[in-house]
Amino acid sequence: MFPTDRRYTRDHEWAQKENGRVRIGITAFAAERLSDIVFVELPKVGAEVRAGAAFGAIESVKAASDLYAPVSGRVVEVNQAVIDGPEALNQDPHGSAWMVVMEMSAPEEWDQLLDSEAYAALVGAEQT
Amino acid sequence: MTRPPTTMPVIFERSVPGRIAAAPPAPDVPDVPMETIVDAAHLRNTPPILPEVSELDLVRHYTRLSHRNYSVDAGFYPLGSCTMKYNPKINEDAAGLAGFARLHPNTPDPLAQGALELLWRLEQMLCEISGMDRVTFQPSAGAHGEMTALMMIRAYLEDRGERRTRVIVPDSAHGTNPASAAMCGFEVVTVRSDARGNIDHAALRRATDGSVAALMLTNPNTLGLFEEGIYEVAEIVHGCGALMYLDGANFNAMLGITRPGDQGFDVMHMNVHKTFGTPHGGGGPGAGPVAVKRLLEPYMPAPTVERDGDRFLLDGDRPKSIGRVRAFNGNFGIFVRTYAYLLAYGPLLRQVSEAAVLNANYLLALLRPHFDLPYDRRCMHEFVLSGRRQKEQHGIRTLEIAKRLLDYGFHAPTVYFPLIVSEAILIEPTETESRQTLDEFADAMIRVAGECATDPETVRNAPHSTAVTRLDEVAAARKLNLRWTAGGGSGS
Repeated sequence: MFPTDRRYTRDHEWAQKENGRVRIGITAFAAERLSDIVFVELPKVGAEVRAGAAFGAIESVKAASDLYAPVSGRVVEVNQAVIDGPEALNQDPHGSAWMVVMEMSAPEEWDQLLDSEAYAALVGAEQT
Repeated sequence: MTRPPTTMPVIFERSVPGRIAAAPPAPDVPDVPMETIVDAAHLRNTPPILPEVSELDLVRHYTRLSHRNYSVDAGFYPLGSCTMKYNPKINEDAAGLAGFARLHPNTPDPLAQGALELLWRLEQMLCEISGMDRVTFQPSAGAHGEMTALMMIRAYLEDRGERRTRVIVPDSAHGTNPASAAMCGFEVVTVRSDARGNIDHAALRRATDGSVAALMLTNPNTLGLFEEGIYEVAEIVHGCGALMYLDGANFNAMLGITRPGDQGFDVMHMNVHKTFGTPHGGGGPGAGPVAVKRLLEPYMPAPTVERDGDRFLLDGDRPKSIGRVRAFNGNFGIFVRTYAYLLAYGPLLRQVSEAAVLNANYLLALLRPHFDLPYDRRCMHEFVLSGRRQKEQHGIRTLEIAKRLLDYGFHAPTVYFPLIVSEAILIEPTETESRQTLDEFADAMIRVAGECATDPETVRNAPHSTAVTRLDEVAAARKLNLRWTAGGGSGS
């Protein structure tokens, strides 16, 4: 269910390495739990974020939640399409509805993230 | 019963050019052109579109609208964590007494002795009930109380030369807790709950160090469960020099039984509208008095109400005070109601909480076979069910169960909160409901649970009997439009 080409946080974000950068989004599990997402707030390009700290916010008809950065670094790209059309997060959370791309400042943090198997186990535990 | 029409015109659509509700007398002062007294840049070019209606049109329009409202005076309101108890009407009589209601807030102390004495005596009562030492009446509501408390904590720490930057909040907390901490400039650290619904002690220990200013805890928490290790929690927090803050939203569970001050809390807010029978909801004035232990007294908002022999006065000479957080002494009329409520109960106040807890446990016992109960413990004044079973077996979401309850004439319980329970249904009956009402509500819940299996389509499309049926919440949130404009176009 969760792609093996990326890592995950306990707070339901995914992070995917590409060309030395990291693309970040939320998992299908998070999107399903939130139900219809109606609003997304993301940082500006150039913002510095810290692993585990809130870098944005997401709101659905059910709840509002912070978005937690999987890794530390600088934001180099922001997906304006999800800000303009948050429903994309319900349709394609692992693909076109990515949120930001970051340049990592502490590459060793990568190993702290969960692989897809560990994340699936975590999600399984939350469902029981 | 005839059903009201599903749509009704807005007041603008009732407008007839030239129609008026009242004819004011001709002015007895000279008529001055607007341009001569207001700068042209601030004058609008086109007159505003205002409804032109008769008094009768006006009265009927708003009376009809009010009939569509749901209130605790009309029916049961099991909205968890909100304590929608009934407010005795005698409180309104007390607040309406001319000596209170018509007192100007700038009246000098010697001429406002009755009002000051009421606040002073109410402070003594709230101290006795909470186990705290002093109370400020200024905060306008619970979240304002949270902010006031955190400002006092910061002032206390700065006074001691300590710079602490973090505030710990459990994952079961009301959303206002992290919001208040963030607004006060603190970094919020979330600590998880354990399998029994308590704050996880090991996680709390890991998170608590010299950088932590306070723990913000709700007890009983939003799962309706009493924090079992509260003394140990206080020891961990105090052990590293941080303070204990109680979100008093759930105070209704412990009146006269246990006191936050004795549990180790240093500061708390009280929602008098939740706990002490003052009006709730509808945008009416609220009040969130904050009670503190002696160590925070110097930092309380000024002025405080003091007694000097047989005289009462406002003391503004408080050099370490965080200052005013609101004009005058909060929403005074609300405190007249609180005082009347507390005088009416006196030493029987304990029965309020005992009945609130009993009612919740009674309702839980009736509903337990029909819904999941993620944290299976004896509950306090409220409890959290989960609609997981209905979702998995019948594809019915909790939102739809809540909507279907409206067809049975009940306000829906809180849903999807607390966030740590999936498909959460948070039910708080309060002490003011009779056993008959609880039975009727349980019967409706059980019928809806049955309908999820036998007639899922009816549940999925509910409500069917209300003036307004299912709204498209997603479209409403994504395409927010709050203004009516002539011709039906969307305003901005």
